[in-house]
Amino acid sequence: MRDVTLGEASAETVRPLSEAAALDMPLLRIEGVAKSFGNFRAVDRLSLDIRAGEFFALLGPSGCGKTTLLRMLAGFETPDEGRILLGGKDIAPVLPHERPVNMMFQNYALFPHLSVRDNIAFGLKRAGMARAEIATRVAELVALVKLEGMEKRKPDQLSGGQRQRVALARSLARRPQVLLLDEPLAALDKKLRESTQAELMELQRRLGMTFIIVTHDQEEAMTMADRIGVMDAGRLVQVAAPRNLYEAPASRWIAGFVGDINLFDGQVVSREHGRLTVSTSEAGPLAVSELWSPVTKEIVSVAIRPEKVKLSRRGPASDEGGSQAINRLDGVVIDVNYLGGVTTYKVKLESGAVVRSSMANTARLNVDAYLAGQRVVAWFTADDCLVLEQ
Amino acid sequence: MSARRIFARPARFAAIAPYLWMVLFFLVPFGFVLKISLSQTAIAQPPYTPVFDFAEGRAALAAAFAQLSFDDFRLLISDDLYILSYVRSLVVAVTSTLILLLIGYPIAYGMARLPQRWQGVAMMLVIVPFWTSFLIRIYAWINILQHDGLLNKILLALHIVSTPVVWLSTDSAMYLGIVYSYLPFMILPLYATLSRMDASLLEAASDLGASPRQAFWLVTFPLSLPGVAAGALLCFIPIVGEFVIPDLLAGSNSLMIGQTLWLEFFTNRDWPVASATAVALLLLLVPPLVLYDRLQRRQLEGNG
Amino acid sequence: MARTVTRITRFNMTSLALGLAFLYLPIVILVIYSFNASRLVTVWGGWSLRWYHEFFNDAAMLEAAWMSLSVGTVSATLATLLGTLAAIGLARGERFRGRALFSGMLYSPLVMPEVISGLSLLLLFVALNAERGFWTVTIAHTTLTMCFVTVVVQSRLTSLDRSLEEAAMDLGCDPVRAFLFVTLPQIVPAIVAGWMLAFILSLDDVVIASFTTGPGSATLPIRIYSEVRLGVKPEINAICTLVIALIAVIIVVASFASKLSGARGESAAPL
Repeated sequence: MRDVTLGEASAETVRPLSEAAALDMPLLRIEGVAKSFGNFRAVDRLSLDIRAGEFFALLGPSGCGKTTLLRMLAGFETPDEGRILLGGKDIAPVLPHERPVNMMFQNYALFPHLSVRDNIAFGLKRAGMARAEIATRVAELVALVKLEGMEKRKPDQLSGGQRQRVALARSLARRPQVLLLDEPLAALDKKLRESTQAELMELQRRLGMTFIIVTHDQEEAMTMADRIGVMDAGRLVQVAAPRNLYEAPASRWIAGFVGDINLFDGQVVSREHGRLTVSTSEAGPLAVSELWSPVTKEIVSVAIRPEKVKLSRRGPASDEGGSQAINRLDGVVIDVNYLGGVTTYKVKLESGAVVRSSMANTARLNVDAYLAGQRVVAWFTADDCLVLEQ
Repeated sequence: MSARRIFARPARFAAIAPYLWMVLFFLVPFGFVLKISLSQTAIAQPPYTPVFDFAEGRAALAAAFAQLSFDDFRLLISDDLYILSYVRSLVVAVTSTLILLLIGYPIAYGMARLPQRWQGVAMMLVIVPFWTSFLIRIYAWINILQHDGLLNKILLALHIVSTPVVWLSTDSAMYLGIVYSYLPFMILPLYATLSRMDASLLEAASDLGASPRQAFWLVTFPLSLPGVAAGALLCFIPIVGEFVIPDLLAGSNSLMIGQTLWLEFFTNRDWPVASATAVALLLLLVPPLVLYDRLQRRQLEGNG
Repeated sequence: MARTVTRITRFNMTSLALGLAFLYLPIVILVIYSFNASRLVTVWGGWSLRWYHEFFNDAAMLEAAWMSLSVGTVSATLATLLGTLAAIGLARGERFRGRALFSGMLYSPLVMPEVISGLSLLLLFVALNAERGFWTVTIAHTTLTMCFVTVVVQSRLTSLDRSLEEAAMDLGCDPVRAFLFVTLPQIVPAIVAGWMLAFILSLDDVVIASFTTGPGSATLPIRIYSEVRLGVKPEINAICTLVIALIAVIIVVASFASKLSGARGESAAPL
């Protein structure tokens, strides 16, 4: 809506477009962009706005089109339809080497014949920067990614983590308006990945730069991004802050893709004061709060995250759950998985359905550990339940 | 794939010069061979009467077609000399290719089994003789094979023979020379496919109860067939038209087609017949050439 | 059981050793006999440099050697230039009209019998009324050897990581610069190997040179060939040894060059 009025206004008023763009428009606007490879529709009429200074994650399973979208932003692919506006200007016809956008490649794509210093200086030299200026900028970047003393090494003399830093420094060198990161941490081991995540976030905040990261790792996206766009089959299925994405997924598919979830299909039988009762065949009637958005359909699924399902021997104590309605399900523990920080349980209900629960191991001598075969009560509050339309 | 498309334009531009070069110096000359193979022999310089001249225009061209001379090709069919030399070329090429395969396969297989760091060395060792002059290597064999050469001396010293054996100007010497010269061409493609083969395939085969011999024949050999085909074609095609080796090492009583062509051209100065021989040889080589081109393209360009 | 399948057997080792001996022994014998003092090539008369002296006093041979070296240098340089351009076209040009013909023209000379290539080029030169000599042989050798250069360079180009070129573009290079600054430095070893291969093939060729050269401008192989047809001569042993030494020097220099340029795991493999 807004951009239509803007377009009309800017044609007539004195205010120049660029200024208008700076005031009203997001830094990057993707409008109905589509791309096919042969018969395969990689990106399907996708629209998205990204604000300046945002850390945005494109999350999705492999083959969902997220890398293609990123490559279109970098200029390596041309959209079949739609527009990509950067600061209000369509950059579709702009060749990759003329875009104020840089990319950090999944395999880093470091030039094997150049030293760390020359890799980082590569883009600066192309920009025709003066020699002395390049030296200062490179030194600055080397310090930024903590690679002092490595300047003369060649990429094959570096560890995986060091290579990742060179790639990062190289893509930051030209101060791009947007930095694109294609699975930047995929090649690192778990420990290094976690510390690098923190460093990337810190760096992005410090530089105030716009980062767009592509990842298939939902934890990585949740940890780092301000907002996450979930992609499936070339479309954006939800764009939300990590918290909202997890606690209020827009569909069953997203709920299942982002984290683990229990689902019970049923029918709304009553609704009063923002509280619904859903009759399910697997778990009987469930009380659910209508918190996020009004439920319009009758046939729905009730979803509950495993960590919100608590187990106890006799059910919740009377003060637990506060004033909320509590759902109680009787069952037998059939599977226990001790994972260190948490233990996950599978509880088989009388209907035969299985509920998963995950409990934090807060005490070392785990007095509350349940054993397979034990009868338990699985309970959760109405507020913790989500209603998803089928 | 538009990043690739951005590169494609200047890359195609780069190809213009070599393209024109190859059209002028590879494709067009075949036109001349074809043209002259259809003309009459003459004792002149150049020694043929041209059938048609492109400068004379289309009418002349039409008139010229009427008097195209297939005499040279008729000669090829009617004279035993040509037929025999074609047959001999094919027999020699097939036999040599089989011998090369029998010798080259175990060597390539041995190379592929060496520890990784020795494989490169072994490959260099196989390639280096290929770098050294082919003519010199044939000449080296003449040194060894001549009447009082090293081979006869050793044989006499070991009392294996009592009088020197005639080696030069025999088919055995020719086969030896061919095998010697073409061995690297056979080994390299074989080694390329064998070394790429996953060792765990053999382990899986033996895990499933195959003996080493069965594992070889049921797993290794079938998977190495592309290498076998590449090596065989790489040897077969040039051997059919081979000239220097039979000329230096084989006897002069039966000729290979390359020798016949040479003889017609340089000794008899019959250019039309030489050209007709070349055309016929080329026709003979079209099927293996097409096959080879397809293999080469698949290897160099992958699937996309 | 599994170990016996993948282990090197005695058979493997023996066939490898015999194969290498078969490849090298004749050359070693030739080199040794080039230092033979005796005029009879088969009788060992002690060490001597006599035949090398003979060669350096043989004006016709020296002229032929000079001809061969200059043809080799010029044609290898031309072939490297054209072959590299052709390899770029094939490896980076995607699909274009006439591509199949182009690659067919480039791959078939690799196996095409030399008598055919030689004859066809000669007929072209005669039709063009070109004076036969240095340039006709050079053009003929360029045509043949550029195909080998193409194969060597193309296989290197196709094995390169395309994302390096994309990274270069991302960092501000247009395609031509991306190629010059990023791709080219990495294919230098292949280009060097291609030049060597072209030079050596040119230095080796008898058949095509015989067809395309004119009177009075014989190349070294043509001379050697005509001498060899008359029988073994000790002087030829010396010349052959010199050629082998030259080639050995080229190989050593080139492999050092490619090591210095920092390309790892890249052998100077011709095929």
